[in-house]
Amino acid sequence: MSSSLKSRKEMPLTPLSSPSVGSMGKTGSWRTFRPEVDNSKCTRCTICWIYCPDAAITRQDDDSPKIDYDYCKGCGICANECPVKAITMEREEG
Amino acid sequence: MAQMIIDTANHITGYAARAARVKVVAAYPITPQTTIVEKIAEFAESGKMDVEYIRVESEHSAMVACIGAAAAGARAFTATSAHGLALMHEALHWASGSRLPIVMAVVNRAMGAPWSIWSDFSDSLSQRDTGWMQFYCADNQEVFDTVIQAYRLCEDGQVFLPAMVCLEGFILSHTYMPVKIPDQDKIDGFLPSYKSGWILDVNRPVSHANLVSPEWYMEFRYMIQSAMENAKRIIPEIDREYGKIFGFEYGGLIEKYKCEDADLILLTMGTMGSDAKIAVDQLRKEGLKVGSARVRVFRPFPVEQIRKLSEQAQMLATIDRHISFGMEGFLATETKASIFSLKDPPLVAGFIAGLGGRDVTSKTIEEIAKKSIKWMRLGRVEKETEWIDLRE
Repeated sequence: MSSSLKSRKEMPLTPLSSPSVGSMGKTGSWRTFRPEVDNSKCTRCTICWIYCPDAAITRQDDDSPKIDYDYCKGCGICANECPVKAITMEREEG
Repeated sequence: MAQMIIDTANHITGYAARAARVKVVAAYPITPQTTIVEKIAEFAESGKMDVEYIRVESEHSAMVACIGAAAAGARAFTATSAHGLALMHEALHWASGSRLPIVMAVVNRAMGAPWSIWSDFSDSLSQRDTGWMQFYCADNQEVFDTVIQAYRLCEDGQVFLPAMVCLEGFILSHTYMPVKIPDQDKIDGFLPSYKSGWILDVNRPVSHANLVSPEWYMEFRYMIQSAMENAKRIIPEIDREYGKIFGFEYGGLIEKYKCEDADLILLTMGTMGSDAKIAVDQLRKEGLKVGSARVRVFRPFPVEQIRKLSEQAQMLATIDRHISFGMEGFLATETKASIFSLKDPPLVAGFIAGLGGRDVTSKTIEEIAKKSIKWMRLGRVEKETEWIDLRE
């Protein structure tokens, strides 16, 4: 919901929103464990990119993964799915 | 040409869904509803109805499929009974909260345990607070007419809520009666195609009915309540217009019979309203001033109409085919709540009758009326809730 709405009469009948990046804020701050990719082990299979439930992994030109730490919640699915253990989960400091 | 056919209320419901040009039906069979969706399947299979017929694995999925269809801009329909309706419960809230004009036939059946397949309003009445409008029908013609009227109402821009069209199991569902099916072009004139205000479209993606914080939630609830209040005003208008075009009219929210000079008014729902009329005629022959008011719409509840009836009646007797355990029947509760703030409210006696399909005849209703008149003359109700025809 847009917080610019002030009156009930301006509201739609049911909440509607268009997709946008990070409408809930930077959810990366929820993270306790941080995925780290070892590109020397990575085979470019793209399984982590397919499995990421938050679309926080993008596929680069050479098919290696790039993790968007602004929105990665640290669920660890990518590390769990990686067949060559190229992703490790490291505890966030502070 | 309008067509006169003789068929069961369930088959007639299928005819009504076809006449309403329903585009998506998602359904799961359950007695005594099954022959509604069988009739629609027959229409779909023989090419007599242009409909996407989705066979689902449960009633919850049936409702969710209807929610998706209505959100995508299609006119959606389903039908269920008793435990099937109970299984839908969670999804019913999603349908009303998303403001989707789905129409569902509920063939009233008692809730188990003990297992029963016979008529009782406890299935639909236990969905009272889901934000669905509820109609209760007294005969097969009214079932047809109410399905058509319900779509017109649900899709009104001032309403945008779903509705249940309730008909009693076996008493109506499997009983043959003559019904007039109007010309399709006249129905199309009365019920134009559905125009949704927000359509699911992959090219214009929107998130629908999503999370809202405490600073917004209450307003959405208030808008549903306002829509219900609007429906109170619009239902009688639609009913009158329908009557003018098709010749059948049902009094809007409440069907009154000989109430003008009545000392006692019998409040009923569904087919008991027809038996109540016969009882009224008999009691009037005996010189007793009795009237009947059949509550046709339970949500929104006809508070104002019941207050109006209370201006001259000395007593109201409610007959509930339902019990809210630990209290009384909902019709009794809602009636009392409606008139509580009147300066000089009439007495109200609540009767529980016909649970699990037990017969409620005009004779039963005459007995209820006579007991009520005794209390009316006493000036007090001796028993707040009286169970009728209960074994000693």
